[in-house]
Order: sequence, then C-alpha cells, then structure tokens
Amino acid sequence: MKKYLISSLILILLVTACNAAQPTAQTTSLTVMTHDSFEVSADLVVAFEKENNVKVTFLKSGDAGSALNKAILSKNAPLADVFYGVDNTFLSRAVDADIFEPYNPPLLKTIPTIYQLDSTLNLLPVDYGDVCINYDKAYFSNRSLSIPQKFEDLLNPEYKDMLVMENPATSSTGLAFLLATIAHFGQDNYLNYWKSLNSNGMVVVDDWSTAYYTNFSGSSGHGPQPLVVSYASSPAAEVIYATTKLSEAPTASITAEGTCFRQVEFVGILKGTTHRTLAEKFVDFMLGVQFQEDMPLQMFVYPVNPDAKLPPEFVKYAQVSTTPASLDPGNIAANRDKWISAWTEVVLH
Amino acid sequence: MRRLLPWLGASAFLVLFFFYPILRILWMGLTIKADQGGLNQALGLIGSTTWFTFYQACLSTFLTLLVGLPGAYLFSHFEFHGKRTLNAITAVPFMLPTVVVAAGFNALLGPRGWFNVLLINLFHLEKAPINFVHTLGAILLAHVFYNTTIVLKLVGNAWSQLDPRLGQAAATLGATPKRVFWKVTFPVLRPAILAAAMLVFLFDFTSFGVILVLGGPHFATLEVEIFIQSLQMLNLPLAAILSIIQIVFTLAFSILYSSLVVRSNANVKSVMIISRKAITWSERAFVGGNLALIMALFVLPMAALPLSSLIRFEPAMGQRISQAVSFTLDYYRELFINRSGSLFYVPPILALRNSFSYASVTMLISLILGFPVASRLAHPGKLERALDPILMVPLGASAVTLGLGYIITFNQTPLLLLRSPWLVPIAHSVIALPFVIRSLQPALASIPKEYRMAAEVMGADPMRSWFAVVWPLVSRATLAAGTFAFTISLGEFGAASLLVRPENPTLPLAIYRFLSQPGGVNYGQAMAMASLLMLVTSLSILVFDRLRIPGMNYL
Repeated sequence: MKKYLISSLILILLVTACNAAQPTAQTTSLTVMTHDSFEVSADLVVAFEKENNVKVTFLKSGDAGSALNKAILSKNAPLADVFYGVDNTFLSRAVDADIFEPYNPPLLKTIPTIYQLDSTLNLLPVDYGDVCINYDKAYFSNRSLSIPQKFEDLLNPEYKDMLVMENPATSSTGLAFLLATIAHFGQDNYLNYWKSLNSNGMVVVDDWSTAYYTNFSGSSGHGPQPLVVSYASSPAAEVIYATTKLSEAPTASITAEGTCFRQVEFVGILKGTTHRTLAEKFVDFMLGVQFQEDMPLQMFVYPVNPDAKLPPEFVKYAQVSTTPASLDPGNIAANRDKWISAWTEVVLH
Repeated sequence: MRRLLPWLGASAFLVLFFFYPILRILWMGLTIKADQGGLNQALGLIGSTTWFTFYQACLSTFLTLLVGLPGAYLFSHFEFHGKRTLNAITAVPFMLPTVVVAAGFNALLGPRGWFNVLLINLFHLEKAPINFVHTLGAILLAHVFYNTTIVLKLVGNAWSQLDPRLGQAAATLGATPKRVFWKVTFPVLRPAILAAAMLVFLFDFTSFGVILVLGGPHFATLEVEIFIQSLQMLNLPLAAILSIIQIVFTLAFSILYSSLVVRSNANVKSVMIISRKAITWSERAFVGGNLALIMALFVLPMAALPLSSLIRFEPAMGQRISQAVSFTLDYYRELFINRSGSLFYVPPILALRNSFSYASVTMLISLILGFPVASRLAHPGKLERALDPILMVPLGASAVTLGLGYIITFNQTPLLLLRSPWLVPIAHSVIALPFVIRSLQPALASIPKEYRMAAEVMGADPMRSWFAVVWPLVSRATLAAGTFAFTISLGEFGAASLLVRPENPTLPLAIYRFLSQPGGVNYGQAMAMASLLMLVTSLSILVFDRLRIPGMNYL
C-alpha cells in the first residue's frame, strides 16, 4: 500500500512539475518593469493588447527604490522595454544613470508643467500623491485632543509616543516625510527637529505595511499610535475597503501648509528596447484618460492628466494638500544618501 | 572518477546557479570606483553590524537548542495524544512569511494583544505592561519560533534511532543517569546536534525579514545592511564587502563544523526504539511541561492568525480596549472576488497551485542532486572533507546579493533564463540543497557499511542491496529532508518576488499584495490567505508524515 502511495505521490509531483514549466505561446511581447504596488484593471490591459496585437508582461521588481536599482544594474541587457515608477526623489539618479531614451508624447502638452520635472524628456509624469500624516479620528475626539497642525506641534508633550513613521532608508514614504521636514526646517536645522521629535517618543518601523497595519490605531491592526505617516488618499481606501459600510472615513490626513510631500511618479522607455514603437504606444496609453481614470481606485494616486475625472469616493474622502512641501530633484539626488545617513545616525543609533 | 561522479550534478548545479552569479555581482561591486571618505565612514558600520549579527545568532541558536533538545527527546521517546498533529504544527512556522508571523505575535503580545489587554483588565493598569515589538526579545523569540523544528527533526530522528541498550548497559555497570547522558547518549547524538545547531545558526546569521519587521530599524544584521546598501542606496562596493564578510563567516563556521563532526565519528548501530506513554510522575511532568511550552510557543501565535481572519472589528476605534467584535467569513469570500478588476488578481486556488508546483520541483531537484552527495559525505575521504564546507556556503550567502547576481547573469543569451518558470524552483533548490544534504548525511552515516556488504555477499546486486538495506533505513530521513525542501520553497519570498511574474504569484506573494494596500478588507484577506497557507502546509506535512516507513519493519 505504502509503495503505491509513494509512487503516486512521485507521479503527482512530476505532473505538477511539468505543469509549472508550460511555455506560453508568444506573439510580440512588451515588458513593463515596475514596483510591487503597481495595479491596473485587467480589461484595460486586454484592450491595449488586442488593439496593438501584443502581449504585455509586467515585471514587478520590489519597492520603488529596489526596482529602479535593478533596472540600473541590468542596463547592459535591459530586462524590460518600459519602466514605470520612478518618483521625484529618485528622478535625478534615474536620469544620471542613463538608462532611458527620451520621448515626447503628444499628450504631454495637456499635462500641467509643474509635474514635468525632467526637461530631458527621459521621464514623463503619470501620477502624483501626497505623503501626509494620517490620524485616527476617534482617538482624538474621544480625548478631546486637538489635531496637530504643523511639524512643531508634534514636539508638544500631549503628542508624546503618538507618531509612527517609516525608516527613510528602507521606505519611500518615510523618505518623503523626511524631505518635507528638510524643506520646512532647512538643511541646517532639520536634524535638531528630529532629535527633539525622537525624544518625544516617535516610533520608527521599516515599511509602510508595518507602520499602517501594526502600529497605527486607526486601521485594522488597532496598534498603539494614533498618528501615522501615510498618504492623503489612505482615508478613501479605508472607506472603499471597509469591512462594514462606512458613511465616514475613520481616519483623515493632516494637509496643513508644508506638512505633506508630493510624490510624482514617472514612466520612461528603457534604452536598448527593440520595441520602440510599442513602448511609445504604452506610454501614450498610461497618459491617456482611460488609464488615468483607472489609477485612483487601483493605486490610490491622482492622475496628472487634467481631463481624467476622479471617482466619487475619491472626491469625497481622499484629500490633497494645496500647499505641499517641495524640493528640487537635483538637490534631492545630490544629498539624499547624506541626509538619510545623518538621520539614521541621529534617530536610530 | 567513480568517486567524483556523485558530486557532478550538485557541483555543476551550484557552480552555474550559485557561484557564477554571486561572483559576477561581487566583482561588479568591487570594481566600481568608490569614494574613499565613504568607505572610511563605512568601517564603523561594518564592525557594528557584524558584531550584532554574530551576537544575536549565537543567542538565538542557544535558545533554539534549549527549547528544541527536550522537545526532540519528547517526540522520540513518548507517545501522547495528538503527537502527529503537533509534530506537523511545529514545522509550519518554517514557511510562514515574516509579516504574517509578526501579525500573529502582535495579536498575542502587541500593545493591544491578548496578553496586554488581559493584564490591563486584571490589574487595572494604565499602560500595556508587556513591551514586545521592536525588542531584541522579539527577534530571539521569532528565531526560536522559526527554527526549533530543525532541532526537533534532526535530533529527534537521531535520538529515535539510538539503541537504548547502550545506555542500559552503562547503567548496569553503575553509571548514573547523568553520566549515561554525557558519556553515551550525547556523543552519539553529537553529529545530529551539531548539524542542527549549524543550520539554525546559519538561518539566524542571515536573518532578514524577522529583523526588519519584528526587530525594527534599530537592529540591522549583515543581510539587512546588504539590502539597504545595494537596493536602496545603490552603494554596491559596500554591499559587496558586507556580502563577502557574510560568506567568509559562513565558510569558517562550515569548516569548524566539519572538523567537529569528523572528530566525533560515532558509528553506532541504529535501532528504531518504540516510543511509549509516560509512566512515572517525573516523566509525566516532563511530557506535560514540554507540551505546555510547545503549545505556548507554537500554537498560540499561530492560532492568533486564523482568529484574526475570522474576526471583524467594528469601527469602534480610538478606545483602547473596548472593541465591538463579530465573527465573519467575509474575508474568505472576498478572496474569490476580484473587486477592483485588477490585472494582478489571482484566485487563491491558482496561487496555491503555483506554490505547490514550485515546491514539488524544488523537492525533486534538491533530493536528486543532494542524495548522491550525502552518500559520499557519509563516509568521507580527503576529497569529501575538502568539498564539504563549500557546500554550505549557499545557505549563508546573502539572498539579496544572489538575487542581483541572477539579474545580471541570466538576462542575456546564452543564459536567458530570467523569464523561465524554472528559475524560481532552481533558486529555491540552491537554498534547499545544503539543507537536504546536511539532514541526510547523519542518517546515511549511521548505517554501517557492513550491512550492504553482507547483502552483497549474499548475492544482492548493488541496486537491490541499496533498495533492500539502505533505503528502508534512510527513507524517514529522506522524507524529512524532502519536507524541508518543500517547505523552504513554500514560504520563500525573496527569490520568488524577484523572479516570479506577477500574474503567477506564490501564496506568500499574494499575501504581501493584500498587505500593501490600506483598508480593513485587504488586511482581513491577507490574514485569510495566510491562514490558508498555514492549513495547506500543515496538511501536506501530515501527508508526508503518513508516508514514513518505520525502519523496524525491515530489520
């Protein structure tokens, strides 16, 4: 009996093994390299594939920083034709690494110039989102605590032990928040602020998931901190993906002047592609109204194309900062590693 | 030549899929010109990181042995209710993704975990008394949680085959139980204990996810620092130096291990002892205490998971303790719905099938390549002793570095493999192979050569003597090794996230996808998917366990 069991087990293993190795029939294929958070509606991609008689393969390659660095490392034999997901904190590194080919898409004219941060046209803006502090509404109202309105407020004793943020060395969200404080306090003073904030019990974790789900009290993890560094659109996601129907978001963002950092994400055609025309078409597709209107509910980011309409949930619950902090991409590229090391030294060691 | 033949498959495999890509990426890192100032500053970082890596690995290994050795005795000597299930459950942590384990520990020991809430209510405390997350304790506990199964399997296996008559003989001659243990039992078990300690140490030494998620940013092992330097800072020279330090340490430990094992070459006839129920009071106390420890350590954190996948918190947030709680199956239902119409939605069954396919192939590759090598290593000559430590290097090498090596090596002809569905099980086999070899070797070494000689003298051809004599004795160890390979692949995240196409994710990848978006349903689905992963892995281990062939039947 046991013999039969073993041989049938081996047979099953072999069958599944062969199953795993099934080659896929290929027509022309376009590869898009991107970060792990990339999402898109299936029907849009299927329509694009039909229209252009192409198979689009997505290569999710880690968080935003990892994905870009993998693209840079493999530049001698590129892994893909198109790369999506370079943000403004990585913009100059990406352009300097010389891994993109310039392209001037017809739709670029309609996109506001404030998002067109790369004059060489290597990288074209697709979407933006604001990194802001989110708060747990109930926590503050139950204690009749006022919501902090500026960075300096967070140093007050009543907000002791209340903020959780991501490590700027491992998370783009954490880095964006650090950059906002640098824009506000200036290069000479931001470290003093962090010293004080650190002694007021700020908690640092390594990634957004941990900060939001394990430490933040306003989301499903019911953690200890009522303030978290997240996105201005996160409250909308709390409503859309609520376990019970909500009429109001349980969380909200602090969008006071200069407290949010605007992340703009870019797409580019990778140098050495053998499908230049198709790659151009895919970039056009990403800037087009359909894709731009799909993004908010898939990735919780805002479209850069002004013709794209926002979904009603987004209009109602998501917030944007009217006056986000900003730093010149060249300045960020020149100093980011220095800033991160200095921050690590002051806060973590 | 005949002696080299068993090495051929495994060495060719490791050269192509391990040594070549890793040397390429290290070479690339070292040949980039680095600015001198940066490197000087880096020296401090290298020193402190190496020290912490070493320190936490030693502590973790010690604690794992402390929990694992009595456990191994328990499983090899006593019969009790639910033994098989418990045995399977202890192996589950090994393949759970870190974020999921962190969620489990958090539900138990976190600021709002059961323990803290209980203590707060009992003693009317102001603040949560247990501060667990982001401490060294959390790292150590998670390492024990993950790796105790290695000690249970390897040492338990050896202990159950230890001839009790040896100890009985010593006792008859007047030795105290303590003396019997140190002079008889321990020397015979030493190879298995060393092998287990070595594997546990290497896993702790290269720890990554546990440090990031449970330890938090205040702690960094070499592997974490390699990740930060190579993928976030793009400081390849520093990453290369750190990788080399990690490899050198691994090699040093492997050499130390080999020399220790060679010296304790105990060739003892193996018998399968039959485990029995606890009779005396002290035995009962031992079994009871041990079971309580194992339940607390393994069952509680894991039970926290399915519970959080079935419980819905009403939006009564803000209050510290009072939460409206209700049971729900919604998260499981949601798993089968693609609510947002996303291209990357994968039905759980498909993720399960992907995971199983990769795990099966990994198991086949590593057993086929590992078995011949382990047989040679069981009776080592000069060649074997020299090659032995090198075999362990893949286990200690940085997974991040290897992943980058794959990217720059397998993205061009003639090695255009990066898109091949085979590359994932291949990468998993690189990790599993040293493991398989290490867990087979003690079992194979315990078979005296005379057994096969006797069979061959009586006219059995080598094939028949192998199947009739060796196989029945090692079938159990083979299944254990195969199970390890299978579970390593099931839980592996790094290589899979690097190489898998997003439309074919494995279960851990699917879990991470849910965790990367805000919202209660996403969180619930992650927990539901993790509970499914736990369930199927426990079941598959139980199935493997049913297949084992007790050696007694054949002796």
